[in-house]
Amino acid sequence: MNRLNHIVTPLVLLAGLVAVAGCGTKTKQASREETAPGVVPAPTAQLTASPALVSANDQVQLSWRTTNANTVSIDDIGDVPSSGVKTVTPTASTTYHLVAKGYGGTAEATARVTVNGPPAVMVPNSTMSAEEEFKANVQDIFFDYDSYDIRGDAQATLSRDASYLVSHPEVKILIGGYCDERGSNEYNLALGQNRADATKNALVTAGVAANRIRTVSYGKEKPFCSESTEECWQQNRRGGFTPEQ
Amino acid sequence: MKAYSRYFPHLLIVLATLATLPITAQDWIHAGTNLGNERIRLAVADFKPVGDDPQTPALKAAFDATLFNDLANAGIFDLVSKSMAPPAMPGSPREIDLAQWSAEPANATMVAFGALSVTNGRLAVYGWLFDTHNTVNPQVLGKQYNEAASQDMARTVAHRFADEIILRLGGGINGIAETKIYFVSSRSGIKEIWAMDYDGQNQHQITHLGTISLSPRISPDNTRIAFASLGHDGWAIRMYSLELNRLVSFPAGTSKDLNQSPAWSGDGARIAFSSSRSGDPEIWVADASGANLRRLTNFAGPDVAPTWNPRTNAQLAWVSGRTGLPQIYTMDQDGSNVQRLTDGGYAISPSWSPNGQFLTFSWNRKYGPGAPGGQDIYVMDIASKRWLQLTHDAGSNDFPSWAPDGRHIVFERAINGRNQIWTMLADGTEQHQLTQTGNNYMPNWSWK
Repeated sequence: MNRLNHIVTPLVLLAGLVAVAGCGTKTKQASREETAPGVVPAPTAQLTASPALVSANDQVQLSWRTTNANTVSIDDIGDVPSSGVKTVTPTASTTYHLVAKGYGGTAEATARVTVNGPPAVMVPNSTMSAEEEFKANVQDIFFDYDSYDIRGDAQATLSRDASYLVSHPEVKILIGGYCDERGSNEYNLALGQNRADATKNALVTAGVAANRIRTVSYGKEKPFCSESTEECWQQNRRGGFTPEQ
Repeated sequence: MKAYSRYFPHLLIVLATLATLPITAQDWIHAGTNLGNERIRLAVADFKPVGDDPQTPALKAAFDATLFNDLANAGIFDLVSKSMAPPAMPGSPREIDLAQWSAEPANATMVAFGALSVTNGRLAVYGWLFDTHNTVNPQVLGKQYNEAASQDMARTVAHRFADEIILRLGGGINGIAETKIYFVSSRSGIKEIWAMDYDGQNQHQITHLGTISLSPRISPDNTRIAFASLGHDGWAIRMYSLELNRLVSFPAGTSKDLNQSPAWSGDGARIAFSSSRSGDPEIWVADASGANLRRLTNFAGPDVAPTWNPRTNAQLAWVSGRTGLPQIYTMDQDGSNVQRLTDGGYAISPSWSPNGQFLTFSWNRKYGPGAPGGQDIYVMDIASKRWLQLTHDAGSNDFPSWAPDGRHIVFERAINGRNQIWTMLADGTEQHQLTQTGNNYMPNWSWK
């Protein structure tokens, strides 16, 4: 019993000295760990993040190496092996902090990742309703008079709409076909149906499952405005989207 | 000189044709629609009240006004105005002095007169039509009526008597005084199907579906109305029974697509309509029960608004956007023999005349962004494709529908966002507004 005491107490005192001494001397101590007889070597730790400069949702690889440590942990990740690699996707600039603890003391390491630009996907927050989010992401398209062809600007809108719908497979939609006030109710109901169907076909071609989409024609029965001007007429010549349950 | 003299007869013919052109346009319409180029000068006397029942004055007023109106609007009479008529109320053949009526200023060829009385809640009317120049045997018609005493029956009796006169003097074609017009009105807050008498009286709501309903078409036997209605899954052809006062089924008309603009064949056996169930709006036909459904057209672009040739029931006209702006076409009942009738502009809403000779439709011959065109009602002779414009510089006009006498057309007119139903003669004269309340659309004249 006495012999052990002689060994342990100095070790504890030494560990205490090392702990108080701080980080700066750690690497030196790592290379000299065999030189002090009877002294428990202190842990060492290294942490790198690559790449260090990214855009939101890009992947970053953390890698670390430690020695003489019994437990190693990284903030917000938890306990990790003494050496390892992990992929993270930070949404904002982050400093990763590693702590390695052993008989010889504690070692720490940090690595910083800087994230550029706004988030790639709109982060839902409590001020935007589901309907508003739908309207912002699935926008209506407009047609030329007496036409149900998808024009260039409509094609661009439909591409964005399709992207959102493909990445949100739980969303179902109703496409309404609308016409301006000129001409007969009957002919405009048919033209509205052709507009709704053309819009649906474009989305299906872009990868949206057909059974998520319903079409209906409103002809000129449900106008968005009532002035007899070219601006209002254009507003009414549309394929309009609404979410369905 | 020799060369010119050779062409002189041709030049004369051309000049003669040009000189008569304005008259020619009206002539072929009048001939084809039995409007007649000469009108019969008819005098209508106020009927003599008999007895002192307190209901008599009001019912007589309704009767006199209705009879005068029916005959004035018939399109075949030159009616003697009240101010030109002698101030006499002959109540029977013994009381009439024919010389009064044939002399100036009345100058009448025919005179209608009679007596009206109310006794114990019964209305009795005696009416005669006399030829003023035949003093030996003047009677052309002698009629008596006995009905319950009410405003409605006073008008109905007047309608019946007017129709008798029109039938007798108008070349054997039935008068329209007892026909009805079915239409769409949004005055209840949403577009529903309504009905009224041919003169705008008795406007009343038929459907109460609470959803948008369009294009009412009454069956030839007056028992059912086919129409288009917006349901949860799309537009369906619905059927309303006037006998049962409720919807009845029409299996062919229901699907999750667009089904609209129904049209009855003249024998009531078949219904044509537009349906998008094959992926594009096309013309389909089914039996009136909904059986034997088959497709008639197969062209890209909207195909809508069919109408049958009611005399042969073997041809249809309809609207197609296959070349761009909508045009009017005809085809045989099996879909063959497609003929294009209009040569441009924006042409819609055809209605085939009862004698099979004419189409009336709505046409904007100068359509497009910035173009000065107006939408007007036209009549076209199908064989020659000759046409006549009936409305001019008065709103935007659509949905013409022939009356069964072939002499009248009812249509929809929109002015500054207000839509009303108007009636006119088939030559475009005598345009009268029938509705006032709310907005009213898409009229359809009954077959009898």
